[in-house]
Amino acid sequence: TSLSHSRRVLNKGEILWKCCAISWWGGVQMGPPDPILGVTEAFKRDTNPKKMNLGVGAYRDDQGKPYVLNCVRKAEAVIAEKKLDKEYLPIGGLGEFAKACAQLALGADNEVLKSGRNITVQTISGTGSLRIGANFLSRFHGGPRDVYLPKPSWGNHTPIFRDAGMQLKAYRYYDPSTCGFDFKGALEDISKIPEQSVIVLHACAHNPTGVDPRPEQWKEISDLVKKRNLLVFFDMAYQGFASGDIDRDAWAVRHFIEQGHNIVLSQSFAKNMGLYGERVGGFTVVCKDAEEAKRVESQLKILIRPIYSNPPMNGARIATTILNTPELRAMWLEEVHGMANRIIKMREQLVAGLKKEGSSHNWQHVIDQIGMFCFTGLKPEQVERLTKEFSVYMTKDGRISMAGVSSGNVGYLAHGIHAVTK
Amino acid sequence: IMSVFSEVPQAAPVAVFKLTQDFNNDQHPQKVNLGVGAYRTDEGRPWVLPVVKKVEKLIVHDDRLNHEYLPILGLPEFRSSASKIALGDDSPAIKEERVGAVQCLGGTGALKIGAEFLRRFYNGNNNTKTPVYVSAPTWENHNAVFANAGFEDVRPYKYWDAEKRGLDLNGFLGDLESCPAHSIFVLHACAHNPTGTDPTQEQWKKIAEVMMRRKLFVFFDSAYQGFASGSLEKDAWAVRYFVSMGFEMFCAQSFSKNFGLYNERVGNLTIVARDGDNLKRILSQMEKIVRTTWSNPPSQGARVVAITLNTPELFSEWSDNVKTMADRVLLMRAQLKAKLQALGTPGTWDHITQQIGMFSFTGLNSQQVEYMVKEKHIYLMASGRINMCGLTTKNIDYVAESIHEAVTKVQ
Repeated sequence: TSLSHSRRVLNKGEILWKCCAISWWGGVQMGPPDPILGVTEAFKRDTNPKKMNLGVGAYRDDQGKPYVLNCVRKAEAVIAEKKLDKEYLPIGGLGEFAKACAQLALGADNEVLKSGRNITVQTISGTGSLRIGANFLSRFHGGPRDVYLPKPSWGNHTPIFRDAGMQLKAYRYYDPSTCGFDFKGALEDISKIPEQSVIVLHACAHNPTGVDPRPEQWKEISDLVKKRNLLVFFDMAYQGFASGDIDRDAWAVRHFIEQGHNIVLSQSFAKNMGLYGERVGGFTVVCKDAEEAKRVESQLKILIRPIYSNPPMNGARIATTILNTPELRAMWLEEVHGMANRIIKMREQLVAGLKKEGSSHNWQHVIDQIGMFCFTGLKPEQVERLTKEFSVYMTKDGRISMAGVSSGNVGYLAHGIHAVTK
Repeated sequence: IMSVFSEVPQAAPVAVFKLTQDFNNDQHPQKVNLGVGAYRTDEGRPWVLPVVKKVEKLIVHDDRLNHEYLPILGLPEFRSSASKIALGDDSPAIKEERVGAVQCLGGTGALKIGAEFLRRFYNGNNNTKTPVYVSAPTWENHNAVFANAGFEDVRPYKYWDAEKRGLDLNGFLGDLESCPAHSIFVLHACAHNPTGTDPTQEQWKKIAEVMMRRKLFVFFDSAYQGFASGSLEKDAWAVRYFVSMGFEMFCAQSFSKNFGLYNERVGNLTIVARDGDNLKRILSQMEKIVRTTWSNPPSQGARVVAITLNTPELFSEWSDNVKTMADRVLLMRAQLKAKLQALGTPGTWDHITQQIGMFSFTGLNSQQVEYMVKEKHIYLMASGRINMCGLTTKNIDYVAESIHEAVTKVQ
C-alpha cells in the first residue's frame, strides 16, 4: 500500500501505545497550593524590592536572613571530626537523640523518665511526629475517633489527622473580639467533649494566634480534661522560642504529666535549633509503666517502617551533640533566648510604629501574644490589599510571622497595616 | 487514670533488624553478619564513599548554605538529576517535559508516596480494591507499604522458581495474563531483592508487552542502580525500555546503597506521565500527600547527591566508587562458588554467580539456616538470603565450610 512507502513500520509496542493515548490521570484535579508554603512561593515570584515574607514560620535575623545557629555550626564541626559511618539508624531513630529529646521536654529528673514509662522515637520533625501519633491513635486508641483541635489551629493539623483516619472537631480558643484567649468558651466546650476523645493542646506559642493560656488557666484546663477523661496530645513546636526559656515553655506539658495525664507529645527542633530542613523531631507516649512502653514502642516501629523505614541522621546528630555537650547546650540556650528576644522587640516596635502612623486601633494583642506568630486581627480583604499593594505576604487568616520582621522593615509594615485598617 | 493503651499487643520485631541485633549481641569471634543489606569493605566495615566525604566537606564549608526548609517536593536539582540517572540524560520523555519527581525519604518513602497517590487516584478514586502484585518473594516491606497506603488486596506474582533456582518466567507471564485489568505490579528494576535473579532483556520485553496489552500499572523499585553490574546504564535498561514503550509509570529510586547514604534517607519518586499537563496535576496532588506525611524532605543527603551528579569530576568519581563496590561483590560471588565447588558441597552453585547485586538466595532451607545461625554464628535471613557484602577474603573460607556443613549435616 502507499502507506508503507511514506511511513516506517511501527513496532508492536508503539502501536499499542499510540492506541492507548488516554492517560490514567485524566481525572486528577489540580490540587490547591498549600496555603502556608504557597505564600513563600508567591513571595519568591514578587519583584518588589520592599517585599516582606511574613508567611512561613522560619526565623530571620535582623537583616532578614536565615540564621544558622552558632551552636549548630560548632556541632557540625564536632561531628565532621568524628568521621561517622552512614549506617541505617534503628526504626525509632538515634537512641541518644530520643533520650535527650524527652529530657528536654520533661526535665531531666522527671519521674516518667526515671521509671522508663515513656517511649520516645525520633521523627521527621513535627509533621512526621504528629502523623505517627495520629496513625498510632487511629490504630490503637479504643476511644472515639474524634480529635479536638483549638479553633483556630495550625492548618496542617486537620489533613494530618484526617489522612490518618481520625475525625476533626474543635473547641473554642481564640477570641477575635479581644485577640486573646477565650478561656470561658474553651472550658465550656471542653466540658462537653465525650470521654476518651483526643484533645490537641499547643504547649506554648500557639500557632497561628500566639495566644497562650496563663499558668492558672492551664491548671483549670488540666483539671477539666482529667474530669472528662480525655487523651491529651500536646504539640510543642516552639520550646524555648516562646518566652526564651525552655523550662518555662515546657511548663504546661510538665504540669499535665505531674497531674497524672499520660500524654502523647510531638516535638520539633525546626525552629528552636533552626534545623528546619534537617527534619528533626520526636514523638513521645507516656505510658502506664515500662512494660506498656515496650509494647507501644514495638507498634510504633510497625507503623514507621512502611512509611520511611528509619529517620535521617544528620539533624538528629546535630541536636544530640548540642543537647549533650555542656558548652554547646549553654550556647544554644543563649541563642534561643536571643531569637525570642528579637521577636519580642519587634512586637514592641510594630505597636510603636502603628501608634506613630496614627492608628486608632488597639494593638496591645501584638505585644501580649507570644512566639513566632501574631494574629493581627486583619480580615482577608485587608490581607489581600496588604499583599497586592505593599507586597507583604502573609496567610489569609491575618497571621504574620514576627520572625520575618526586622528593624529595617518594621516601619514599612506598620505603614502598610495602618493603610489597610484606617 | 486508666491506660488507654493497656490492650496494645507486643508486635513482632522486624526480622532483618532483629537479626543484626542478635549478631551484635553475639560474642563469638568468628561471627559473620550476612543479614541486612548494607555494603561492607573487605575489612568488614561500612564504607563512606570517598566522593561523599569530599562533598560533605564542601557543604560544611559553604557559608551560603543553611538549614532552611526544602520545597515540599524536595531539592529541585536533586530531583531532576536523580530522574536523569534512572532515565538517561538523553531520555525522550525528559525532553518532552513529561518527567517529574518527588524527593522522598529513601526508597521506602518513594514507594509510600507513590502508593498513597495510586490509592487515591488510580483506577478510580480511592479504589482500595485494585490488586497490587509484588513478586514471590520480595522485599518484605513491600507488602506493608501498599497495605498501609490502603490497598486491601496485595498479592504475590510468581517469580522465583525454587527448584530450578531461577526466574519462573512462565508463571510470571501467566499471572500477568490472568490478573484483573489495571492491577498494579511492583517490578524490581535490577538486582532483585532477595533472589538476585533478574529477567533478561528478552524476558523484560515479553513482560512489557503483556503489561501494555492488559493495561497494568508499572511501578519500578530501583534500589541498586549501579550496584548490580557496576554500570549505571546497564542497570537501568529495564526502566528505560519500559519508558520507551510509552508506559505512564512510577519508579521509586533509592540512593542508600549506590551512594552509601543509608541513614540520610535519600530517595526519589520518578514519575513518567503522558504529557506536561498530566504531570503538573500529578505533582500538585503529590504535594498534598507529602505535606501530611513529612511536610518536606531532609536536605543533607539530597544536597550530597545533587552536587555529585551535577559536577562532572565528582560524577566520574562516584561512578568509580560504585564500580568498586559492585566489583567486590562480584569477586565474592566468584570465590564463594569456587570454594563450594572445591569442597564438593552437594547441589549446584552456579546461581551464586548468575545472581546479581547484593543478595543471593542460597537455597538453604530454614533448618539449615538455623544451623548456620545457632551453630556457626553466621547470621542470614530465614529465607536463605545472604548479603554478599558480608563476605570478605578473611571470612569466606569459614562461610563456605559452614554452608558445606549445613547442607551435608542438616536436611
